[in-house]
Amino acid sequence: MYGIIVGGGEVGYYLARELLDNGHEVLVIEKNAKKCEGMEDELGSVSLCGDGCEIAVLTKAGIARADMFIAVTDEDDDNLAACQIAKQKFNVAKVIAKINNPKDEHIFAKLGIEHTVDAVALVLEHIKAQISTFPLVHLLSLKDRGLEIVLIRIAEGSLGAGKSVESLSLPLGSIAATVIRQGQECQVPALDTILEAGDQLVCLIPSGSEEAVQTVLGTST
Amino acid sequence: MGCGRVGAELARLLDAEGHKVTILDTDASSFDKLPPDFKGTALLESATDEEGLQKANITEADAFVAVTREDDKNAMAAQIAKQIFGVPRVICRIYDPLREEFYGSLGLEGISPTLVFARLLKEKLEK
Repeated sequence: MYGIIVGGGEVGYYLARELLDNGHEVLVIEKNAKKCEGMEDELGSVSLCGDGCEIAVLTKAGIARADMFIAVTDEDDDNLAACQIAKQKFNVAKVIAKINNPKDEHIFAKLGIEHTVDAVALVLEHIKAQISTFPLVHLLSLKDRGLEIVLIRIAEGSLGAGKSVESLSLPLGSIAATVIRQGQECQVPALDTILEAGDQLVCLIPSGSEEAVQTVLGTST
Repeated sequence: MGCGRVGAELARLLDAEGHKVTILDTDASSFDKLPPDFKGTALLESATDEEGLQKANITEADAFVAVTREDDKNAMAAQIAKQIFGVPRVICRIYDPLREEFYGSLGLEGISPTLVFARLLKEKLEK
Protein backbone atom coordinates (compact mmCIF):
# COMPACT_ATOMS: atom_id res chain seq x y z
CA MET A 1 0.00 0.00 0.00
CA TYR A 2 1.07 3.60 -0.52
CA GLY A 3 0.92 5.83 2.54
CA ILE A 4 1.48 9.57 2.77
CA ILE A 5 2.47 11.01 6.12
CA VAL A 6 2.26 14.74 6.76
CA GLY A 7 4.69 15.88 9.47
CA GLY A 8 8.21 14.54 9.90
CA GLY A 9 8.50 14.88 13.68
CA GLU A 10 8.99 11.96 16.04
CA VAL A 11 5.63 10.39 15.31
CA GLY A 12 6.01 10.83 11.54
CA TYR A 13 9.51 9.37 11.54
CA TYR A 14 8.71 6.27 13.57
CA LEU A 15 5.47 5.71 11.70
CA ALA A 16 7.33 5.89 8.37
CA ARG A 17 9.89 3.39 9.64
CA GLU A 18 7.18 1.02 10.79
CA LEU A 19 5.28 1.19 7.50
CA LEU A 20 8.50 0.69 5.51
CA ASP A 21 9.38 -2.35 7.63
CA ASN A 22 5.96 -3.77 6.82
CA GLY A 23 6.69 -3.47 3.13
CA HIS A 24 4.59 -0.40 2.39
CA GLU A 25 5.57 2.47 0.14
CA VAL A 26 5.85 5.68 2.17
CA LEU A 27 6.31 9.38 1.58
CA VAL A 28 6.72 11.87 4.42
CA ILE A 29 5.86 15.51 3.65
CA GLU A 30 7.72 17.90 5.94
CA LYS A 31 8.21 21.69 5.78
CA ASN A 32 11.56 21.74 7.52
CA ALA A 33 14.39 20.94 5.07
CA LYS A 34 16.74 19.86 7.88
CA LYS A 35 14.24 17.28 9.12
CA CYS A 36 13.81 16.01 5.56
CA GLU A 37 17.56 15.57 5.21
CA GLY A 38 17.76 13.72 8.51
CA MET A 39 15.03 11.39 7.40
CA GLU A 40 16.67 10.73 4.05
CA ASP A 41 19.90 9.82 5.84
CA GLU A 42 18.07 7.33 8.03
CA LEU A 43 15.38 5.91 5.80
CA GLY A 44 16.40 6.62 2.20
CA SER A 45 14.51 8.83 -0.22
CA VAL A 46 11.14 8.87 1.48
CA SER A 47 10.60 12.57 2.09
CA LEU A 48 9.22 15.53 0.21
CA CYS A 49 10.05 18.99 1.49
CA GLY A 50 6.94 21.16 1.44
CA ASP A 51 3.63 22.10 3.03
CA GLY A 52 1.40 19.03 3.27
CA CYS A 53 -1.70 21.23 3.32
CA GLU A 54 -1.01 22.57 -0.15
CA ILE A 55 -2.90 20.89 -2.94
CA ALA A 56 0.02 21.39 -5.35
CA VAL A 57 2.41 19.63 -2.95
CA LEU A 58 -0.04 16.80 -2.32
CA THR A 59 -0.55 16.34 -6.05
CA LYS A 60 3.20 16.13 -6.52
CA ALA A 61 3.27 13.51 -3.77
CA GLY A 62 0.93 11.36 -5.82
CA ILE A 63 -2.00 11.62 -3.44
CA ALA A 64 -4.38 10.41 -6.14
CA ARG A 65 -2.97 6.89 -5.80
CA ALA A 66 -2.47 6.91 -2.02
CA ASP A 67 -4.21 4.22 0.06
CA MET A 68 -3.46 5.83 3.42
CA PHE A 69 -3.08 9.43 4.52
CA ILE A 70 -1.92 10.24 8.02
CA ALA A 71 -1.45 13.78 9.34
CA VAL A 72 0.76 13.96 12.44
CA THR A 73 2.01 17.54 12.68
CA ASP A 74 1.89 19.39 16.00
CA GLU A 75 -0.78 21.79 14.71
CA ASP A 76 -4.38 20.61 14.72
CA ASP A 77 -5.50 23.13 12.11
CA ASP A 78 -2.85 21.81 9.71
CA ASN A 79 -3.83 18.20 10.38
CA LEU A 80 -7.48 19.06 9.80
CA ALA A 81 -6.80 20.93 6.55
CA ALA A 82 -4.55 18.19 5.17
CA CYS A 83 -7.01 15.42 6.06
CA GLN A 84 -10.02 17.25 4.66
CA ILE A 85 -8.23 17.72 1.34
CA ALA A 86 -7.13 14.06 1.28
CA LYS A 87 -10.57 12.79 2.10
CA GLN A 88 -12.89 15.16 0.31
CA LYS A 89 -10.87 16.18 -2.72
CA PHE A 90 -8.82 13.06 -3.40
CA ASN A 91 -11.03 10.38 -1.80
CA VAL A 92 -8.15 8.63 -0.04
CA ALA A 93 -9.56 5.45 1.51
CA LYS A 94 -7.95 5.68 4.93
CA VAL A 95 -7.45 9.11 6.49
CA ILE A 96 -6.19 9.51 10.05
CA ALA A 97 -5.32 12.65 12.02
CA LYS A 98 -3.28 13.11 15.14
CA ILE A 99 -5.00 15.45 17.57
CA ASN A 100 -2.84 17.58 19.85
CA ASN A 101 -5.56 19.41 21.75
CA PRO A 102 -8.10 16.98 23.27
CA LYS A 103 -10.81 19.62 22.80
CA ASP A 104 -10.48 19.28 19.03
CA GLU A 105 -11.56 15.66 18.73
CA HIS A 106 -15.26 16.33 18.34
CA ILE A 107 -14.59 19.31 16.06
CA PHE A 108 -12.72 16.98 13.71
CA ALA A 109 -15.57 14.47 13.86
CA LYS A 110 -18.14 17.16 13.06
CA LEU A 111 -16.06 18.38 10.15
CA GLY A 112 -15.84 14.92 8.62
CA ILE A 113 -12.59 13.49 10.01
CA GLU A 114 -13.73 10.58 12.18
CA HIS A 115 -10.49 8.67 12.53
CA THR A 116 -8.35 10.54 15.01
CA VAL A 117 -5.78 9.69 17.61
CA ASP A 118 -5.74 12.00 20.60
CA ALA A 119 -2.06 12.04 21.54
CA VAL A 120 -2.42 13.92 24.82
CA ALA A 121 -5.35 11.85 26.05
CA LEU A 122 -3.41 8.64 25.38
CA VAL A 123 -0.42 9.78 27.39
CA LEU A 124 -2.65 11.01 30.23
CA GLU A 125 -4.55 7.74 30.26
CA HIS A 126 -1.41 5.69 30.79
CA ILE A 127 0.01 8.02 33.42
CA LYS A 128 -3.32 8.07 35.25
CA ALA A 129 -3.39 4.28 35.25
CA GLN A 130 0.02 4.24 36.95
CA ILE A 131 -0.86 6.70 39.69
CA SER A 132 -4.53 6.01 40.19
CA THR A 133 -5.98 3.87 42.96
CA PHE A 134 -8.28 2.38 40.34
CA PRO A 135 -6.14 1.20 37.45
CA LEU A 136 -8.38 1.21 34.38
CA VAL A 137 -6.79 1.73 30.97
CA HIS A 138 -8.83 2.37 27.83
CA LEU A 139 -7.45 0.09 25.16
CA LEU A 140 -9.82 0.89 22.33
CA SER A 141 -12.92 2.95 21.78
CA LEU A 142 -15.60 1.49 19.50
CA LYS A 143 -17.28 4.84 19.06
CA ASP A 144 -19.97 3.78 16.60
CA ARG A 145 -21.09 1.08 19.06
CA GLY A 146 -20.74 3.17 22.20
CA LEU A 147 -18.39 0.61 23.69
CA GLU A 148 -14.95 0.72 25.28
CA ILE A 149 -12.45 -2.06 25.59
CA VAL A 150 -10.64 -1.57 28.89
CA LEU A 151 -7.96 -3.27 30.92
CA ILE A 152 -8.56 -3.34 34.67
CA ARG A 153 -5.97 -4.46 37.19
CA ILE A 154 -7.53 -6.12 40.20
CA ALA A 155 -5.72 -4.32 42.99
CA GLU A 156 -5.03 -5.63 46.49
CA GLY A 157 -8.29 -5.00 48.38
CA SER A 158 -10.38 -4.74 45.20
CA LEU A 159 -14.08 -5.40 45.73
CA GLY A 160 -13.84 -7.91 42.90
CA ALA A 161 -11.06 -10.02 44.40
CA GLY A 162 -12.31 -13.38 45.63
CA LYS A 163 -15.54 -13.07 43.65
CA SER A 164 -16.63 -15.15 40.69
CA VAL A 165 -17.04 -13.43 37.34
CA GLU A 166 -20.72 -14.38 37.41
CA SER A 167 -21.36 -12.55 40.67
CA LEU A 168 -19.82 -9.24 39.52
CA SER A 169 -22.56 -6.75 38.83
CA LEU A 170 -20.85 -5.06 35.89
CA PRO A 171 -22.86 -2.43 33.99
CA LEU A 172 -25.48 -3.84 31.64
CA GLY A 173 -23.94 -4.76 28.31
CA SER A 174 -20.47 -5.43 29.72
CA ILE A 175 -18.51 -8.53 28.80
CA ALA A 176 -15.54 -9.83 30.76
CA ALA A 177 -13.46 -11.05 27.84
CA THR A 178 -10.12 -12.25 29.19
CA VAL A 179 -8.41 -12.83 32.50
CA ILE A 180 -4.65 -12.39 32.51
CA ARG A 181 -3.03 -14.05 35.51
CA GLN A 182 0.67 -13.98 36.33
CA GLY A 183 2.39 -17.15 35.17
CA GLN A 184 -0.66 -18.55 33.40
CA GLU A 185 -2.01 -18.56 29.89
CA CYS A 186 -4.63 -15.91 29.19
CA GLN A 187 -8.06 -17.43 29.60
CA VAL A 188 -11.60 -16.61 28.67
CA PRO A 189 -13.20 -16.52 32.12
CA ALA A 190 -15.86 -19.09 32.93
CA LEU A 191 -18.81 -17.85 35.00
CA ASP A 192 -17.30 -19.47 38.09
CA THR A 193 -13.75 -18.16 37.57
CA ILE A 194 -12.70 -16.51 40.83
CA LEU A 195 -10.79 -13.25 40.43
CA GLU A 196 -7.62 -12.73 42.45
CA ALA A 197 -5.68 -9.62 43.36
CA GLY A 198 -3.02 -9.11 40.69
CA ASP A 199 -5.24 -10.39 37.88
CA GLN A 200 -5.81 -8.20 34.88
CA LEU A 201 -9.21 -8.23 33.31
CA VAL A 202 -9.96 -7.18 29.74
CA CYS A 203 -13.57 -6.02 29.55
CA LEU A 204 -15.94 -4.62 27.00
CA ILE A 205 -18.01 -1.92 28.72
CA PRO A 206 -20.53 0.70 27.59
CA SER A 207 -18.92 4.14 27.10
CA GLY A 208 -19.26 6.33 30.14
CA SER A 209 -19.76 3.46 32.59
CA GLU A 210 -16.22 3.62 34.00
CA GLU A 211 -17.46 4.84 37.38
CA ALA A 212 -19.96 2.03 37.66
CA VAL A 213 -17.16 -0.42 36.89
CA GLN A 214 -15.11 1.19 39.63
CA THR A 215 -17.82 0.54 42.22
CA VAL A 216 -17.62 -3.15 41.30
CA LEU A 217 -13.88 -3.66 40.85
CA GLY A 218 -12.25 -0.73 42.66
CA THR A 219 -11.06 -0.83 46.24
CA SER A 220 -13.60 -0.04 48.93
CA THR A 221 -11.84 3.12 50.16
CA MET B 1 -10.55 36.67 14.11
CA GLY B 2 -7.01 37.94 13.59
CA CYS B 3 -6.05 41.48 14.51
CA GLY B 4 -3.48 42.02 11.82
CA ARG B 5 -3.58 44.99 9.46
CA VAL B 6 -6.62 43.71 7.59
CA GLY B 7 -8.46 42.53 10.70
CA ALA B 8 -7.86 45.76 12.61
CA GLU B 9 -8.90 47.91 9.64
CA LEU B 10 -12.07 45.89 9.05
CA ALA B 11 -12.92 46.13 12.75
CA ARG B 12 -12.38 49.90 12.63
CA LEU B 13 -14.62 50.32 9.58
CA LEU B 14 -17.47 48.20 10.97
CA ASP B 15 -17.19 49.83 14.37
CA ALA B 16 -17.30 53.31 12.83
CA GLU B 17 -20.52 52.34 11.05
CA GLY B 18 -22.07 51.44 14.39
CA HIS B 19 -21.87 47.64 14.21
CA LYS B 20 -21.11 45.62 17.33
CA VAL B 21 -17.64 44.18 16.76
CA THR B 22 -15.57 41.63 18.70
CA ILE B 23 -12.04 40.96 17.49
CA LEU B 24 -9.99 37.96 18.61
CA ASP B 25 -6.26 37.45 18.53
CA THR B 26 -3.79 35.35 20.48
CA ASP B 27 -1.19 38.13 20.57
CA ALA B 28 -2.09 40.99 22.94
CA SER B 29 0.20 43.49 21.22
CA SER B 30 -1.73 43.04 17.97
CA PHE B 31 -4.59 45.06 19.50
CA ASP B 32 -2.32 48.14 19.39
CA LYS B 33 -3.41 48.47 15.78
CA LEU B 34 -6.97 49.27 16.82
CA PRO B 35 -7.83 52.99 16.93
CA PRO B 36 -8.08 54.60 20.40
CA ASP B 37 -11.80 55.28 19.92
CA PHE B 38 -12.63 51.64 19.05
CA LYS B 39 -15.86 50.84 20.88
CA GLY B 40 -15.89 47.09 20.21
CA THR B 41 -14.39 44.25 22.25
CA ALA B 42 -10.84 42.98 21.88
CA LEU B 43 -10.56 39.42 23.15
CA LEU B 44 -7.31 37.57 23.81
CA GLU B 45 -8.55 34.16 22.64
CA SER B 46 -8.04 31.65 19.87
CA ALA B 47 -10.91 31.30 17.43
CA THR B 48 -10.04 27.72 16.55
CA ASP B 49 -11.19 26.97 20.09
CA GLU B 50 -14.87 26.55 20.85
CA GLU B 51 -14.53 28.11 24.28
CA GLY B 52 -12.79 31.13 22.78
CA LEU B 53 -15.62 31.58 20.32
CA GLN B 54 -18.23 31.18 23.04
CA LYS B 55 -16.56 33.93 25.04
CA ALA B 56 -16.99 36.11 21.96
CA ASN B 57 -20.75 35.31 22.00
CA ILE B 58 -20.47 33.61 18.65
CA THR B 59 -24.03 32.28 18.81
CA GLU B 60 -25.35 35.84 18.59
CA ALA B 61 -23.11 36.83 15.69
CA ASP B 62 -24.53 37.69 12.27
CA ALA B 63 -21.15 37.36 10.60
CA PHE B 64 -17.72 35.85 11.24
CA VAL B 65 -14.53 36.76 9.39
CA ALA B 66 -11.23 34.84 9.70
CA VAL B 67 -8.16 36.78 8.57
CA THR B 68 -5.14 35.41 10.44
CA ARG B 69 -1.91 34.88 8.53
CA GLU B 70 -2.49 31.13 8.31
CA ASP B 71 -4.85 29.53 5.80
CA ASP B 72 -5.46 26.45 7.89
CA LYS B 73 -6.34 28.41 11.03
CA ASN B 74 -8.75 30.55 9.02
CA ALA B 75 -10.37 27.53 7.43
CA MET B 76 -10.71 25.66 10.73
CA ALA B 77 -12.17 28.65 12.59
CA ALA B 78 -14.55 29.42 9.72
CA GLN B 79 -15.81 25.84 9.66
CA ILE B 80 -16.35 25.82 13.42
CA ALA B 81 -18.29 29.12 13.18
CA LYS B 82 -20.39 27.85 10.32
CA GLN B 83 -20.94 24.13 11.03
CA ILE B 84 -20.90 24.08 14.82
CA PHE B 85 -22.27 27.51 15.78
CA GLY B 86 -24.36 28.15 12.66
CA VAL B 87 -23.21 31.73 12.05
CA PRO B 88 -25.21 32.98 9.00
CA ARG B 89 -22.36 34.67 7.13
CA VAL B 90 -18.80 33.34 7.31
CA ILE B 91 -15.87 34.55 5.23
CA CYS B 92 -12.25 33.45 5.47
CA ARG B 93 -9.02 34.49 3.85
CA ILE B 94 -7.22 31.68 2.01
CA TYR B 95 -3.95 32.76 0.40
CA ASP B 96 -3.50 29.53 -1.54
CA PRO B 97 -5.79 29.80 -4.62
CA LEU B 98 -6.09 26.02 -4.99
CA ARG B 99 -7.20 25.65 -1.40
CA GLU B 100 -9.67 28.52 -1.75
CA GLU B 101 -11.33 26.57 -4.54
CA PHE B 102 -11.37 23.40 -2.41
CA TYR B 103 -12.95 25.12 0.59
CA GLY B 104 -15.50 26.60 -1.77
CA SER B 105 -16.52 23.04 -2.61
CA LEU B 106 -17.03 22.47 1.14
CA GLY B 107 -19.40 25.43 1.23
CA LEU B 108 -17.01 27.96 2.75
CA GLU B 109 -16.83 31.47 1.39
CA GLY B 110 -13.14 32.17 0.92
CA ILE B 111 -11.22 35.06 -0.56
CA SER B 112 -7.75 34.55 -1.96
CA PRO B 113 -5.82 37.85 -1.72
CA THR B 114 -3.24 36.28 -4.01
CA LEU B 115 -5.74 36.00 -6.85
CA VAL B 116 -7.47 39.30 -6.13
CA PHE B 117 -4.22 41.25 -6.03
CA ALA B 118 -2.79 39.56 -9.11
CA ARG B 119 -5.94 40.42 -11.07
CA LEU B 120 -5.85 43.99 -9.80
CA LEU B 121 -2.23 44.41 -10.86
CA LYS B 122 -3.02 43.01 -14.29
CA GLU B 123 -5.92 45.44 -14.73
CA LYS B 124 -3.70 48.36 -13.72
CA LEU B 125 -1.04 47.30 -16.19
CA GLU B 126 -3.54 47.00 -18.99
CA LYS B 127 -4.90 50.53 -18.50
